[in-house]
Amino acid sequence: MSMNAKGRPTKPETSNISPQFGSALLQEEGLLHEVGHCDKTGVDMEKLSGRTSRLGYLERSEATGMVGLSEPEALRHYVRLSGRNYAIDLGLYPLGSCTMKHNPRLNEKLARIPGFADIHPLQPTSTVQGALQLMEELSHWLLEITGMQTVALSPKAGAHGEMCGMLSIREAILAKGELEQRRRVLVPQSAHGTNPATAAACGFEIDEIPANAEGRVDWDVFCSRLGPDVAAIMLTNPNTCGLFEPDIRKIADLIHEHGGYFYCDGANLNAIMGKCRVNDLGVDAMHINLHKTFSTPHGGGGPGAGPTVLSSRLADFAPVPFVKTGKTGKLQLVEQLNDAPDSFGRMCAFHGQMGMFVRALAYMMSHGGDGLRQVSEDAVLNANYLLARIKDHLSPAFSGTCMHEALFDDEFLKGSGVTTLDFAKALIDEGYHPMTMYFPLVVHGALLIEPTETESLQSLDAFADTLCELANAAKSGDQERFTQAPVKAPLRRLDETKAARHPVLRFQENLQNT
Amino acid sequence: MADLYFTEEHEWVSVNGDTAIVGITSYATEQLGDIVFVELPDIGKTVKAGDETAVVESVKSASELFAPLSGEIISANEALEDAPETVNEDPQDRGWFFSIKIADKSELASLMDKEAYDSFVQGL
Repeated sequence: MSMNAKGRPTKPETSNISPQFGSALLQEEGLLHEVGHCDKTGVDMEKLSGRTSRLGYLERSEATGMVGLSEPEALRHYVRLSGRNYAIDLGLYPLGSCTMKHNPRLNEKLARIPGFADIHPLQPTSTVQGALQLMEELSHWLLEITGMQTVALSPKAGAHGEMCGMLSIREAILAKGELEQRRRVLVPQSAHGTNPATAAACGFEIDEIPANAEGRVDWDVFCSRLGPDVAAIMLTNPNTCGLFEPDIRKIADLIHEHGGYFYCDGANLNAIMGKCRVNDLGVDAMHINLHKTFSTPHGGGGPGAGPTVLSSRLADFAPVPFVKTGKTGKLQLVEQLNDAPDSFGRMCAFHGQMGMFVRALAYMMSHGGDGLRQVSEDAVLNANYLLARIKDHLSPAFSGTCMHEALFDDEFLKGSGVTTLDFAKALIDEGYHPMTMYFPLVVHGALLIEPTETESLQSLDAFADTLCELANAAKSGDQERFTQAPVKAPLRRLDETKAARHPVLRFQENLQNT
Repeated sequence: MADLYFTEEHEWVSVNGDTAIVGITSYATEQLGDIVFVELPDIGKTVKAGDETAVVESVKSASELFAPLSGEIISANEALEDAPETVNEDPQDRGWFFSIKIADKSELASLMDKEAYDSFVQGL
């Protein structure tokens, strides 16, 4: 047997591995532990001689339990798995509230320019003036779109941006000496699920405002909850019902009158960009998901980025670092709190997701101001086209038009024995990624569909036809097609309940199928 | 014999003397779907009516259980931590969540009896 000096054999002595998965060109794939083996190594290297460890008693003596694979084995494992992925590059991805739009390849090309791709955050700023200029330019566009005073680029995702906004609000309240008193944050039911989590993480108490029958903030309840102990309201607009809050300006004025601040969740900016400026709506802080509105990849395709815009009421409290023009005209990064005495501090080591900044600015500049406005218009048009095509077959949660996403309840499935989950699973058999389901919680058995502006008329029609056909099949009693679905996917219906009740978080050799 | 009361949050409250056992109704379990996780209150904790007291997580969502009455938590059904499915299987008996030593029996007036709860559910 071939083997390295004293290490693992390149061929295991006992092996029940069957490296063959699948048949024809349909690749099945096992777990890494089933492809490789702990008694095997993929690299055959001589053990180093004359080496003494400086780890002492910390040196590992027992096996790691890691499997050994050769490079082609490892490569094939991941390439096989990737072939079973569903992605925006394969088809329509209607996840509501996620804005899964096409990621233009121009963005990718520009993000790979070595001057942006190969720089290091600790390089002297004199050597990265181009990158800093790009951050300045991006900030300018974000402020132009929102009308706000300043922007913190560093937050790494939407929820991180929420935290940035809420920490700015907290700092502003602290500066007024009111932090002891202002403990309550109002969060409407139609807000994103992360909003109450953010407020709680920032040390506030959550006060939930119910939605009215039209899916908007219940005005009377909102008014009754105001008081000198209110720190802020966190509102999502357009909200998770896909509806615009018509009272938003009144809500902003009232919260300000009571000394509180207005956080707007900007996850749905894709529906209003270029149509209205959030500063004009009275917003004090809003995060912007570059990975939604500005088409940078997400959902496993790349990291998020959540720049947060702040109004003049909060601008001084923005986190470091930020870009500033020095006396000689050179761009600098303000890193020290001495240079930004009112800042609430720092959220992360460096300045943010540079690669996403490049992609987002590429998207903005290739569209121009008028193009970005049309993005919003087309996103709303597409959602309403889809709504109009399917509303007689499914059951819209609210009457009238929607914004960028259309919300349905499970009324159309009543008496069919088919649930929202079954309906979503059946969509997999039809070749589509399911929509967002059971969220928002304000409607029963919710189905939330966001097609985005990047789908063509043909693509929307094909999707609408599929949804109508499925809805009719459910109503006509073809229950089995739904409760058994998916039958065409590589794996059939998974036992989600068992997975949640008894999660197995790492490979177990002889896991009994109980 | 215990008296059975209900809340609009779909909890049942079984009152025997000054002790109340609390759980969720079968209507609630149908709405929640398969329950996968239960978080119970600490014994000895004092709660006010309406306080969030336990958490129930299903495959669809996470919800809170509110204390239907004010008082002190005197026991919790720890068996649910390892077997949350008991709530689905037997919500109104083995699937109980916690019991309270009632501080103020006049609060019972704000709860519904079975008949009122049934018509409340009918109206949903």
